[in-house]
Amino acid sequence: MPGYTALMSHPRLSRVPGLGQEDLSLSAAVSDPALPPQIIAFDELHTDFKSPIDQGNPARARERLKNIERICCLLRKLVVPEYSIHGLFCLMFLCAAEWVTLGLNIPLLFYHLWRYFHRPADGSEVMYDAVSIMNADILNYCQKESWCKLAFYLLSFFYYLYSMVYTLVSF
Amino acid sequence: MSAPAGIPPRPAAVPGGARAPVAAARPPPCQNGPVQNQMQFPFGYGLHLENYSASSRRYPPVPHEAVPSQLNNQYVADYHSACYSIPVQSVMTTSVGPSMLNTQQLYSGAPHPVESAGGLTQGAISSASHLHTSVPQSYSALSSHYSSSTSSSVASQGFPLSSGHYAMPTVSRAVYPNLSYPSMSVGSPYGQVFTSQSLPAVGQFEETNTFPDQSSTVPRTLQQQVPLGYNSTSWSTSDFQSAQDNFSRNNTGSLAKASNQINTVGIVDSSHPVSQNVQFTKPGVETSVVSSAVTSSIRTPVGDHLTEPASVPSNTQPSESLLQEAIDSSSTTSSASPVINNYDALEGGGYPETNSAASSPAPTPQTSRTPKPFGYGYPTLQPGYQNATPSTSAMQPSNPGHHSEFQQYPQQYPGVNQLSSTLGGLSLQHSQQPESLRPVNLTQDRNILPVSPVLAPVPNLNSDLRKLNCSPDSFRCTLTNIPQTQALLNKAKLPLGLLLHPFRDLTQLPVITSSTIVRCRSCRTYINPFVSFIDQRRWKCNLCYRVNDVPEEFMYNPLTRSYGEPHKRPEVQNSTVEFIASSDYMLRPPQPAVYLFVLDVSHNAVEAGYLTIVCQSLLENLDKLPGDSRTRIGFITFDSTVQFYNLQEGLSQPQMLIVSDIDDVFLPTPDSLLVNLHESKELIKDLLNALPTMFINTRETHSALGPALQAAFKLMSPTGGRISVFQSQLPSLGAGLLHSREDPNQRSSTKVVQHLGPATDFYKKLALDCSGQQTAVDLFLLSSQYSDLASLACMSKYSAGCIYYYPSFHHSHNPAQAEKLQKDLKRYLTRKIGFEAVMRIRCTKGLSIHTFHGNFFVRSTDLLSLANVNPDAGFAVQMSIEESLTDTSLVCFQTALLYTSSKGERRIRVHTLCLPVVTSLADVYAGADVQAAVCLLANMAVDRSVSSSLSDARDALVNAVVDSLSAYISTASNLQQSSLIAPNSLRLFPLYVLALLKQKAFRTGTSTRLDDRIYAMCQIKSQPLVHLMKMIHPSLYRIDRLTNEGAIHVNDRVVPQPPLQKLSAEKLTREGAFLMDCGSIFYIWIGKSCDNSFIKDVLGYPNYASVPQKLTQLPELDTLSSERARSFISWLRDSRPLNPVLQVIKDESPAKTDFFQHLVEDRTEAAFSYYEFLLHIQQQICK
Repeated sequence: MPGYTALMSHPRLSRVPGLGQEDLSLSAAVSDPALPPQIIAFDELHTDFKSPIDQGNPARARERLKNIERICCLLRKLVVPEYSIHGLFCLMFLCAAEWVTLGLNIPLLFYHLWRYFHRPADGSEVMYDAVSIMNADILNYCQKESWCKLAFYLLSFFYYLYSMVYTLVSF
Repeated sequence: MSAPAGIPPRPAAVPGGARAPVAAARPPPCQNGPVQNQMQFPFGYGLHLENYSASSRRYPPVPHEAVPSQLNNQYVADYHSACYSIPVQSVMTTSVGPSMLNTQQLYSGAPHPVESAGGLTQGAISSASHLHTSVPQSYSALSSHYSSSTSSSVASQGFPLSSGHYAMPTVSRAVYPNLSYPSMSVGSPYGQVFTSQSLPAVGQFEETNTFPDQSSTVPRTLQQQVPLGYNSTSWSTSDFQSAQDNFSRNNTGSLAKASNQINTVGIVDSSHPVSQNVQFTKPGVETSVVSSAVTSSIRTPVGDHLTEPASVPSNTQPSESLLQEAIDSSSTTSSASPVINNYDALEGGGYPETNSAASSPAPTPQTSRTPKPFGYGYPTLQPGYQNATPSTSAMQPSNPGHHSEFQQYPQQYPGVNQLSSTLGGLSLQHSQQPESLRPVNLTQDRNILPVSPVLAPVPNLNSDLRKLNCSPDSFRCTLTNIPQTQALLNKAKLPLGLLLHPFRDLTQLPVITSSTIVRCRSCRTYINPFVSFIDQRRWKCNLCYRVNDVPEEFMYNPLTRSYGEPHKRPEVQNSTVEFIASSDYMLRPPQPAVYLFVLDVSHNAVEAGYLTIVCQSLLENLDKLPGDSRTRIGFITFDSTVQFYNLQEGLSQPQMLIVSDIDDVFLPTPDSLLVNLHESKELIKDLLNALPTMFINTRETHSALGPALQAAFKLMSPTGGRISVFQSQLPSLGAGLLHSREDPNQRSSTKVVQHLGPATDFYKKLALDCSGQQTAVDLFLLSSQYSDLASLACMSKYSAGCIYYYPSFHHSHNPAQAEKLQKDLKRYLTRKIGFEAVMRIRCTKGLSIHTFHGNFFVRSTDLLSLANVNPDAGFAVQMSIEESLTDTSLVCFQTALLYTSSKGERRIRVHTLCLPVVTSLADVYAGADVQAAVCLLANMAVDRSVSSSLSDARDALVNAVVDSLSAYISTASNLQQSSLIAPNSLRLFPLYVLALLKQKAFRTGTSTRLDDRIYAMCQIKSQPLVHLMKMIHPSLYRIDRLTNEGAIHVNDRVVPQPPLQKLSAEKLTREGAFLMDCGSIFYIWIGKSCDNSFIKDVLGYPNYASVPQKLTQLPELDTLSSERARSFISWLRDSRPLNPVLQVIKDESPAKTDFFQHLVEDRTEAAFSYYEFLLHIQQQICK
């Protein structure tokens, strides 16, 4: 998935250090690039079962299974970076005493913590589990979660941008 | 549970003598008799006898209150036990007056106290139509009334039938035959009269038919009896109906067309049973009527039970024509279309026809014939039956009425107009519905458990559809009435889901070979009995409503060799069919049957001695392994190394190849490890003979399970197949090694139970790999210590395997387990198997499936990938309603299982289930299937305990009961708040949930080994409903006094049918011997002072003291009681695929805790008794 690499090399992200003391806009960059790949991935999970006769084919099974595993694996890889970057930004807001912004992010931070520590017990897999992801309710939940987060990150991005401009102007 | 199709075996054998308990119980309903046992009928809309008796006690007889109406003599009997809090919902009285015509029966389930309510109703009715006079009658009143009326009309019959008579089944039996004739005569008059008025010709017809029928019926057996209950009902109703019909025609033009249509349908349904009932119930025609309404539903299950698989093609056609006739005759313009498959016309939302299913499989052609005449005679019947149908507008308002009934609501009938329009219907409906809705006061009603096994409720469809519907054994829904919207479902607080047993062993299965398999073009649904044919060339999909063309080939019916009748094709006549798939359905040639056995040969395993048993079973069943000439087999053993066996044809003896590099296992000779079973049979036999002794002196204590599994996977991946793993300890070497996680001190902890999830994802990943290669892993865990089943089970869970667990297995110290292994293996090796399977569950647009339970890999949101499918696997799914189902009155579910048979054929097994949609909460409750709901909840609770915690899951279970009952109570607003009320359909809900809480999987506070707990959870997830219910709530029978009363006949053997006892120590007596059927194990508990004759005759020991502690078999003694006991036990055994182990437990033996832990109604140190649990629930509700 290109999305993940996009996250790392994202232009906005590279701009982060440049902003120095004005870390308001930092987290704008945070995770909104991380979300689209997730959503695309879920979409990919959802589709794939449209070809009717193929579904019954044992030969397709393996392909499909590999696919699911691959996607889950990818999703899992994205979880920790996303959470840690968000955590990092929360920390920076804390340092900068940006209480309002911090307040906005705290709920999500707690949600992340909760999700992380409530993951299944068996070691490596954080959450997106290949064996259960295709249960419609889990899939829908994950998808909704991604959309919500995407919206949140996007809104925060503009809010941070606005705050940054506002601070710059009021200098 | 299942009797072969057309055979009327059991019932038939017992003509005059003992009947099945069910049957015995039946007669009482007819009369107001006080017999308690009757209570038991699980779901029916029937009335419980108790009520009757109660009412009779309470109310002075009011026979004379019955007031002949001006035009007709109509007796409206309102029976309510509202006062008692046990409302009798349905009452219908037929008075047989000298002038048969005039009498009309009204069912009113009016909730009111007799007098006031009765008065009200009466008033309303009379106002609506002068014709009817309602007379409130108490039961006692009824009975007396009846008898009197009977006497007047049919003097000969009359009195002998009094309640006393009924109460004593034997007597009644004797009497019945005699009576039946007279009753018939009674019936015939009816028919004649009516017909003369309305359809003279028909009447004639009827007469002729009915008589012979009756005569024939007399000698008949149980089966017929079964129907009798409804029959009588239907019959009476029909009379009533016809009367009504006349009435309506003559007097009121206001009858809604809808109701008429509906009615006609109802008639059709009810029609079949008629002849039969008549005979039995005859004595008090009236009485029977009353009870009939009530009991009809009850019976149904029974009938089902007896004649289950039978499909009777006979009736559909006639009924159709009947319907048509009826419609015509009723002079209303009917919109019902003549096309059989048109649902709109046929489908009944009504409750009434409970009987149909049972009755439909009429044992003899006669019976099926006779119904018609009735139908003709009484065209307008059964308005009441239609609840859910279009007429709902009228009905709707009345729904609240149902509830109110129970509580003394006077205002039952919302409007006079409605009343008149649905006159019969309304009241009938009330009478019918109530049985499943009848409020049961749980805290006061101690005997809620039926004497006979609880049967699945029958969906409230018209008889044609019901006949076609899928057997509840294969396909069950937690709500047999699907709520129209998610909001309604939420209000009901009941889980919505399906329980499937798709690959069940069937005695009868239409297999269809055809080049084109007809499927919907857009949703790919297979054609099924519930599609509608728009015309000869087109059919409408019942899931997505797309109109499809009927292919040319489908026009030809190979069965009848006729052309142009697509609706007669077997696909459209059977809801369970199997197609042989064409090459479209395979991308590669079907795989051969490939079996690989992976055996633990470490010291521990050898010491336990399982190898001998496994090898022995394999040797015995080698030829019975399912497969064809391509079948392949292989063996791997492992301890700290992995050993392969070269069995290549041509070798003089098997060659063992040892791979000790367990970090990187490789296959030494990939080609010769899996060999053709037939070509290398001698070598295989040699190996199996040698294996048990080969490792006898091993000192190796380690177990490298992980590497062995990796090797097995490598070996299997080119073909796919089945890996059977036998493991006896915690894997301690190589990949996938595990550590002990159980703290024995925490076993009885009431707080947190940890480690329910896997410790490593190794096994899960392995399972996924296997699943991808169409390989299933079956695990046999034979272990004496903790082996972390939670982790090991993953290998089977996700590869669609199965799990067997034998705690503290030892071949000589624990013979019960050894025997169990032996039996399980026999079944395991010889049962059917399907390879490379996928299962898809489709449902009507608007419903969506969101969670699956069972052993499989979910490949997409509606597709399960099953590397192997076996006949003992059950599945559950949860559903939600995404769009409201307003534009349909039926929903369908279709399971399609595509698999490769062991013979290398690609096959598709399709099950289709059809259920009605309802709009009122009351109907939702009426259709609740408590067993299915409990099983689904159990599945959900397992998930919850793994993902969250055990205590969460337990709370959720309790909340499920609290929520649903409080939701019910709030809908029925006027129920006494002080007591805990449940609808009859859910009366066992608290009991089952309590049983679940005391189940090994969920109990706390009692010492439970972690592996035992996990195993119970695995079973809950993967067992089909029938087995699961036995596990949750075992059946207890007293077997020291078996009699032939109520016995049934199976294969020329008399099988006694002792009543079910509730699971409480109070039912145990020291003088008795009890059998507990826990599904996979039978316990026989012998009381200290058990009758010596029983011990001598059945157990073969002189006295109690000499009975050994470990007895696992009943000797074959040549005594009557021994024969009875053995035939009963073997009958129980035959009803399930796994051969359960028998364990005789003496009262002082240490094993008795095994027995007593299943007595779920009793209090234990850590858990509530049933009564306390009820109080607890009540408290929660009041909060």
